[in-house]
Amino acid sequence: MPSINVNGKSRDVSGVPNDTPLLWVLRDHLKLTGTKYGCGISECGACTVHVDGESVQSCVTPLSDIGDSQVTTIEGLSEDGDHPVQKAWKEHNVPQCGYCQVGQMMMASAMLKSNNNPSDEDIDSEMWNICRCGTYPRIRAAIKTAAKEMQSK
Amino acid sequence: MNSLTPSPSEFSRRRFLAQMSAAGSLVLMAKVTDAQTTAVADATATDADLFNPDLFVAITPDGAVTIVAHRSEMGTGIRTALPRVVADELEADWERVTIDQAPGDNRLGDQNTDGSNSIRFFFSRMRVAGASARTMLEQAAALKWKVPASQCQAKHHRVHDTKSNRSLGYGDLVSIARTLDVPDPKSVKLKDREDWKYIGKDVPVVDLDDILTGKAVYGIDARMDNQVFAVIARPPVVGGKVKSFNDSRTRKMPGVIDVVQIDGFNIVPGFSPLGGVAVLADSTWNAWQGRDALEIEWDHGANASYNSDEYAAALKESVSKPGQSMREHGNADAELEKSRAVISADYFVPHLSHAPMETPCAVADVQTNASGRVTSCHVLTCTQNPQAVQQAVGPAMGMNPKDVLVNVTLLGSGFGRKSKPDYCVEAAVLSRQFGRPVHVTWTRSDDIQHDYYHTVSAIRVDAAVDDRGRPTVWRQRAAYPTIGSTFAGPAARSPQPWEIEMGSSDLPFDVPNISVEACQAPAQTRIGWLRSVCHIQQNFAVGSFADELAHAAGRDPLEFLLELLGDDRHIDLGWAKMGNRGASADDYPYDIGRLKNVTRRAAELANWSRHRSLPKGRGLGIACARAFLGYTGHVVEVEVDKDGTVHIPNVWAVLDCGTVVSPDRVTAQVEGAAIMAATHTRYGEITFTNGVADQDNYDSFQMAKMADSPRQIHVELVKSNAIPAGVGETTVPSFAPAFCNAIFAATGKRIRKLPLSRHDLSWG
Repeated sequence: MPSINVNGKSRDVSGVPNDTPLLWVLRDHLKLTGTKYGCGISECGACTVHVDGESVQSCVTPLSDIGDSQVTTIEGLSEDGDHPVQKAWKEHNVPQCGYCQVGQMMMASAMLKSNNNPSDEDIDSEMWNICRCGTYPRIRAAIKTAAKEMQSK
Repeated sequence: MNSLTPSPSEFSRRRFLAQMSAAGSLVLMAKVTDAQTTAVADATATDADLFNPDLFVAITPDGAVTIVAHRSEMGTGIRTALPRVVADELEADWERVTIDQAPGDNRLGDQNTDGSNSIRFFFSRMRVAGASARTMLEQAAALKWKVPASQCQAKHHRVHDTKSNRSLGYGDLVSIARTLDVPDPKSVKLKDREDWKYIGKDVPVVDLDDILTGKAVYGIDARMDNQVFAVIARPPVVGGKVKSFNDSRTRKMPGVIDVVQIDGFNIVPGFSPLGGVAVLADSTWNAWQGRDALEIEWDHGANASYNSDEYAAALKESVSKPGQSMREHGNADAELEKSRAVISADYFVPHLSHAPMETPCAVADVQTNASGRVTSCHVLTCTQNPQAVQQAVGPAMGMNPKDVLVNVTLLGSGFGRKSKPDYCVEAAVLSRQFGRPVHVTWTRSDDIQHDYYHTVSAIRVDAAVDDRGRPTVWRQRAAYPTIGSTFAGPAARSPQPWEIEMGSSDLPFDVPNISVEACQAPAQTRIGWLRSVCHIQQNFAVGSFADELAHAAGRDPLEFLLELLGDDRHIDLGWAKMGNRGASADDYPYDIGRLKNVTRRAAELANWSRHRSLPKGRGLGIACARAFLGYTGHVVEVEVDKDGTVHIPNVWAVLDCGTVVSPDRVTAQVEGAAIMAATHTRYGEITFTNGVADQDNYDSFQMAKMADSPRQIHVELVKSNAIPAGVGETTVPSFAPAFCNAIFAATGKRIRKLPLSRHDLSWG
């Protein structure tokens, strides 16, 4: 695959084996290290990115699956870190170590795009990312704050 | 306020000092000779090699303040909290403070971000350092204005003349201040508590924006020019060796550059690599795929006999017999023999893995001369303890540890795993051999299969009770492989006093006959410290057994627990044979009054008395603990469905950790501790078959997620002027017993063996 579209730009990936997971293409070849490795088996969600607006676990998505799709990473989620989830994460002081939070925010922002008024049950089932520091209650609160902003837009 | 995001080319041991001195700055280094006294010196006038500072504070002529953070940031907020203490006493404007992350350097004092020590060790030192700089700025203004220093008062980055309207900014005073003698720390006046403007007030951590935009640099993101990526095949059994290997498939795979064998430890694991075969490639993924294509024949060694079921039976057998006495008063054995009312219970907690979200990762650049001798070594890594990296890498490179340059990235959590630098030694060994910088990434499978595991434990408690159900004897025997075995080898065969003190010999109960014993348990894997360490298993046993006795006596568990704790008093540490984490009994008494207070307060917040009227399937459980010198009371509320599914709608946690610097970050630690303890209790279990861990990723070593974590965690921090105690590990221990006590209240099922996932909790 000669190139893929990441954050609105065509990026050269020629020479990268087609079966390479998108995660490592982003991190090691394109030097977009905001997307994190956590498990490699789509169990923790740390590597979540958007492909055509949907949340996708980049650790199990081979480069060959990307085709003409638009990939969005944390580096492209917003211009100035001002996506409603980023603002809400800041308001609630969500991160502890912060390592999983990029994946958490990518997952939450994709969910909110299709459901801007998630119930607790929606959040329980959609937000299956792992946070080893234990920030879940703040993530839940931040999602509700972000949802309010997205509803008013 | 800013943080310097380090790039490798900027790193140099003396960069900070050299730059600041050249800029005509006031640069102070502070040294604390003991916990009470601090010597502060003018850095430019002192030979940095002879002076041992704990920190640096620098003020440039433009008024910018730089404070060095010498502890590692792994999610506690410490990289923000300690500089805030300096800035408060300095009367600095936080917006004009830059934080610079220190490299490993033993002149900075203790850098091991572990043991819930950072605020406890450095709170007063940081205050003295900030106050010293403030005092010098006030003296400088006095000289300039030719008025008494007492007439000059620093406030918000300016010094004011209290008898006129004039004032000068800090930058304007630097040129004079830097010529003054540093004041005697005993003469420095610290701010009154009510004048604190940063201590005890919340502020976003300095790294927050970087974290939220993906710019934060963790160990896995650390890069050096011309680096290659390495993934390593390690012996499946600890102590195993490579017999032979075939790398012909690997060498044909895309991106693979080289295959390198590395030696493992000899007898004592310490922080040495486990050994194995490394694959070097142009990306992490290509190295990983090349690693998986290796054909390796292993000599598994002596630990291949390690099987968890057999070992659990051996531990139970071990605690059925007397062990080495760790605390004794009265005559427990004789009284138990005489008693007609003996209550006994056996508890078991399996091995656990740290499983930090970011696996261990390090990049190292080792330079050698023509004869192969190492001339320099630079390690960039996510470490809790850069000095331990120096100590481990130095000998492996044939270097003096102090000459190893170690820079610290952010840590994608640590929990104790990242104070053990075996992965840094791997990177250095590979870089030396390969001749280019090498970045080692542990896969999740590597992390869970090759951890320094939390120990596996059996604890037996026997009590004799009087006619009202109150214990007259409490005999507690514990058997678990000691952390000492990782450093002393097979000779260390039973729990050490400092481990027993975490929940056994520190038994807070007012019981006339107490015996605490350590029983044999030889290690067959690498044992390490995990957040809250031996409190995990020992407070589970103590907190559960107290509840068992209450129910046996037909008493309210809260009232019974408070009665067991007895009168408000200080426990005699010598009598209890407690080391008290090196802290004096004057500074950190074992205060039963504070322990009872947090317990009572948690019960009040939870509206404890309603527990009697809850329907079957719902329950409240209570427990308390003193750990890492702080006090926690926990009430956990559970709902257990008829099919046995357990929900945790509410947790109430009350923490008394003395003076608090960052209330919101402390609250976050209490929340996180409850969730981590919920994971341990629900799912935590590493087992071994023929020496190989049976779990290898988050699917088999399960984590609590959003849906199965406590829904609401209500935290209260006790308002206290006491000197700061621990936080990060303090609030883990009492959660598990409170949780399991709640399950008993809800279902009548008593959990003595973790994890819960092994139990059928269905009812009705």
